[in-house]
Amino acid sequence: MAGFLQQVIEGLGAGAIYASLALALVLIHRFTGIVNFAQGELAMFSTYVAWQFTAAGLPFWAALPLTLAVSFAGGMLIERVVIRPVEGAPELTVVIVTVGLFIFVNAAAGWIWSFLIKDFPNPFPVGAVEAGGLTVSHSTLGVLAVVGAVMGLLYLLFRHTKVGLGMRAVAADPVSARLVGVRVGRTLALGWGLAATVGAVSGVLVAPLLFLEPNMMGGVLIYAFAAATLGGFDSPGGAVVGGLVVGVAETLAGAYVGFVGSDLKVGVPLAVILCVLLLRPQGLFGRAAVERA
Amino acid sequence: MRLSAIGRTAVTAGLLLAAAACGGREDPGAGAGATTAAGGCQGQQTTGITDTGIKLGGIYPLSGPASAYGAIPKGIKAYFDYVNAEQNGIGGRKVEFVVRDDGYQPPKAVEEARRLVEQEQVFALFQTLGTPSTTATWDYAGQRKVPQVFVATGASKWGTDTRHPWTIGWQPNYVSEARVYAQYLKQERPDAKVAVLYQNDDFGKDLLGGFRKAIEGSGITVVAEQSYEVSDPSVDPQMRNLAQSGADVLLNVTTPRFGSQALAADARNTKWNPLHIVNNVAASITVLRPVGFENVQGVVSATYYKDPVDPQWENDPEMTLYRAKLKQYAPDADPSVPYHAFGWAVASSFHKTMEAAKCPTREGLRDSMRNLSGVEVGMLLPGVTMSTGPDDGFPIESMRLMRFKGERWELFGEVIDTRREFGPLTAD
Repeated sequence: MAGFLQQVIEGLGAGAIYASLALALVLIHRFTGIVNFAQGELAMFSTYVAWQFTAAGLPFWAALPLTLAVSFAGGMLIERVVIRPVEGAPELTVVIVTVGLFIFVNAAAGWIWSFLIKDFPNPFPVGAVEAGGLTVSHSTLGVLAVVGAVMGLLYLLFRHTKVGLGMRAVAADPVSARLVGVRVGRTLALGWGLAATVGAVSGVLVAPLLFLEPNMMGGVLIYAFAAATLGGFDSPGGAVVGGLVVGVAETLAGAYVGFVGSDLKVGVPLAVILCVLLLRPQGLFGRAAVERA
Repeated sequence: MRLSAIGRTAVTAGLLLAAAACGGREDPGAGAGATTAAGGCQGQQTTGITDTGIKLGGIYPLSGPASAYGAIPKGIKAYFDYVNAEQNGIGGRKVEFVVRDDGYQPPKAVEEARRLVEQEQVFALFQTLGTPSTTATWDYAGQRKVPQVFVATGASKWGTDTRHPWTIGWQPNYVSEARVYAQYLKQERPDAKVAVLYQNDDFGKDLLGGFRKAIEGSGITVVAEQSYEVSDPSVDPQMRNLAQSGADVLLNVTTPRFGSQALAADARNTKWNPLHIVNNVAASITVLRPVGFENVQGVVSATYYKDPVDPQWENDPEMTLYRAKLKQYAPDADPSVPYHAFGWAVASSFHKTMEAAKCPTREGLRDSMRNLSGVEVGMLLPGVTMSTGPDDGFPIESMRLMRFKGERWELFGEVIDTRREFGPLTAD
């Protein structure tokens, strides 16, 4: 039993990582109505920025706010330069642009920082909490806490601010939103900036665990998509629950379901995505789009 | 059994016939600029080689995920520039080394190989890097009868295959490396219970298969194995499962990022302290440093060429020469990067192989690279030499163990000659 619970804890740890990136995916979807395939690579790029600050001698806690600021500005810049020209185009066009952005950002990071692994400082102390035969590392607790905090902030933003209201209006119907005076362009840019910031938090959290190199977020992105689909692409709480469920399911399947093992573990997120889309397309916590007749 | 043996013979005969038919149909020297030799080497191809020059082409990932290996051709170029300027080239022939980028993508490697052979008219392909790119190009090299010399990959098929006489490897193959670890365990831990973490592809399976075979009949057992895909975010779950096996040895068969993750996971888990063997692919200092040197003390690996940062080679004549000439001919290259030393070693291996060729022709080079006998190369470890023969397609099959101590690897034990200990390596 202790072994099983330990696997669940490890699954929660992995799930927290997926949830952190899923939050960024949810955020940008709420603001702009698109799915951003480049979100993971942007997070990776932000992590390199943070690494550059620490390599230049800044302490971690000074580098972090700087990185978040740079990421916010960078996200808005990308929206302005890359996304704005295709703003009115069909969703598919925008999604394809984000795929191109994925490839470009990955190559750019390799070009600037090389594909050698960088060591990234761990913001959390080394060691683990032990209780009743179970161990939870400080890193896992730290990641869970940060993910919870980001989730709470996003909830407040979505539900209790004017920005959140405008943003929901833009995502639902940009033309009507513009007619009632919402500044659509600024809202979209804000969405990209905030999503890049949340992504940067995710990258900085996972870099000490996964080791920083340009392909670090590729695998995480797949699981984050599964998490966001499961929880619902418009619900931050759903993204976190989705991430944790995917993490635990993947870990338990790898450990206890013989034929899955380590080989087929990557199939778990696919199965999750498929089942959710078939049974409850809006996700566990998402709201189905309703149109008034 | 007998049936399958007959079947295999029939298939082999069929393939030979097909190969002969192809050879008969295709004129290997076809195309503009192709030339052949006269005299004792009559009829042999001399494309890309004259009395004063020799043109070689190499294909490396200068961009993309594996571009760290792009440092290798810098070391090669520095060596050839030095030989051209100070020794009048290889036997009076100045070497021109053309490097192309395939971004570690096999289709691009094929395209570049065609360009090198058909447009640049190179004498030989001197190194293609990576198992996928080399696999994609060796059929082409064989059809055009162009030597593909000392490919930079450790797959064992370059030596066990008999249908590609124009392609040969150089570095110890993964099976040889696995044999070195098996030999070490047989002596040090004859009852070892081994847990294996391996990459689920040709590379990982080659090494794991070689290891399993090498421990047959000994007291060593593989008690747990876990694979991972290169798309996995982390190998932490695999490491957790391996820790439950209670093994006392961990064989870590990974590529760099996963190597770092596995080393870190082992260090984090204070309840499981196996002897950690990390394969040569992930034994670079750039993999260990992010984990923290204090966390990787006592980790074991194996190598075959001199590490530029090892102080015991400080006054080594070859290392002194390498440092001086790299500074002179590639001033922007850092001599302590092992990939530069690798390039230097493989270039001087080519130098010796070309010098030993009886005919200055493509056929001459092919025969020479398949007939090396105890050739000493300064940048290889003392006791590691190059030998090939009709039944031996592996130039280097010896390695020496090393243990991580302080901030660098320290060699220990004798050079292990895996051919002598385990016999020749065959395909099956």
